[in-house]
Amino acid sequence: MRSGEKKMDSVLINENPIIYPKRPRRVRTDQSNTDEFSVDPIDQLEIFDRIRDIRDPEHPKLSLEDLNILTEESVEVDDDKSYVRITFTPTLPHCHLPTPIGLCLLAKLAQSLPARFKVDVRVAPGSHDKEKTVNKQLGDKERVAAGLENPDLVALLNKMMQV
Amino acid sequence: MDLMEKNLELVEIQKLEGHTDRVWSVAWNPVSSQADGVSPILASCSGDNTVRIWEQSSLSRSWTCKTVLEETHTRTVRSCAWSPSGQLLATASFDGTTGIWKNYGSEFDCISTLEGHENEVKSVSWNASGSHLATCSRDKSVWIWEVLEGNEYDCAAVLTGHTQDVKMVQWHPTMDVLFSCSYDNTIKVWWSEDDDGEYQCVQTLGESNNGHSSTVWSISFNAAGDKMVTCSDDLTLKIWGTDIARMQSGEDYAPWIHLCTLSGYHDRTIYSAHWSRDDIIASGAGDNAIRLFVDSKDDSVDGPSYNLLLKKNKAHENDVNSVQWSPGEGNRLLASASDDGMVKIWQLATKP
Repeated sequence: MRSGEKKMDSVLINENPIIYPKRPRRVRTDQSNTDEFSVDPIDQLEIFDRIRDIRDPEHPKLSLEDLNILTEESVEVDDDKSYVRITFTPTLPHCHLPTPIGLCLLAKLAQSLPARFKVDVRVAPGSHDKEKTVNKQLGDKERVAAGLENPDLVALLNKMMQV
Repeated sequence: MDLMEKNLELVEIQKLEGHTDRVWSVAWNPVSSQADGVSPILASCSGDNTVRIWEQSSLSRSWTCKTVLEETHTRTVRSCAWSPSGQLLATASFDGTTGIWKNYGSEFDCISTLEGHENEVKSVSWNASGSHLATCSRDKSVWIWEVLEGNEYDCAAVLTGHTQDVKMVQWHPTMDVLFSCSYDNTIKVWWSEDDDGEYQCVQTLGESNNGHSSTVWSISFNAAGDKMVTCSDDLTLKIWGTDIARMQSGEDYAPWIHLCTLSGYHDRTIYSAHWSRDDIIASGAGDNAIRLFVDSKDDSVDGPSYNLLLKKNKAHENDVNSVQWSPGEGNRLLASASDDGMVKIWQLATKP
């Protein structure tokens, strides 16, 4: 390949993403509850554990946690109210990929959480040009449902969830 | 009859199980639900790609599934609507088509499939005379179809104007005026001045008209047709009114104006609102609850104002997608559909 010639097979939007050092995973120390019939409230870490390893659509070897798209602070949970909100930060303010990440988060949590939970997913305020557009799409369950019937999108999401 | 005086409650009559995915909409058969000696019939449609027809037995008073309309739509059936005669059922699907089914009593036959929309069809509505149908889609358009002899349907108009996904279409209860609401936050009114089938958008109700600030999910008219309620992702219900006499005189178009906004009652998206014959507005929302509102009849306030009559928490185990009052007189039955896969029949009754 001559110098100056573009590599046509890999034009990534974010060619050189910043990879964040992995934070050590907290080990749950509270083993005191041995009542097999009690149900522990679902907490921030438990939810984060379900989503931290989702692969970035553009960099399948890297997770959303590696790229700081998600951190533990991304998760807000109120078990009593059965409410979860995930706020994620796209790597670039103008990258066109936030919607698949949002959809993947919704799909993964729909699979992982009890049906009673209401889940909202949004882009971190100020982190993306199309923040309002993406947030509105992710908040429209009819659009999300129809989108999740699209085989190409489902294939991408499965790849991201490494199913 | 002052409803606020009475001690009313919404009693669950029966839970209808059968769908294997979320239920999006319910529709009461207009004829059978009203006639004496005929059992009320309800249609429900679902993410399981089917429509179920439920009937109440006149003997046992319990509801059973009479038939399942399947193997036609290949994706979610999003909404359904009975023709005014009760003889036909139209079904709107994410597969891009609208099915027309003929009601043979215990059986239904799909007699026609309307194609044309570029992607998911969201809603279908028949006009008062049953001569026309309207459909709408994520393709941003509203189509009007003419019902012809021999199970033929002709596309009479393709109406563009909405800038986003159109969520619902609803014909006015007495006049051939069509209303649509959308992800673009507006409600549009479509009217044919010369009755020649040339429909135009004669009004857009947007934020500047005191309209909604997010997706408008549904529209419902009162029996007189001089008021309508709309509900939205912006967590409000809005009441609109028009000079119906002026409209009916046929002279010109009488614009709709905002009368009242009901805010502070909902904290999740309101998917459905329905206005009963005796002026009770029901809402179904993303917090699993059903709420009922009535006119406060407060003369000291300028224009109408509404009070919350009651709130049914945990009406379902998940979002309530559709609420519909039975058209029958006096029985105050309400049907609801939910993401929990259930359809429920409720009765508004005085507490014992």
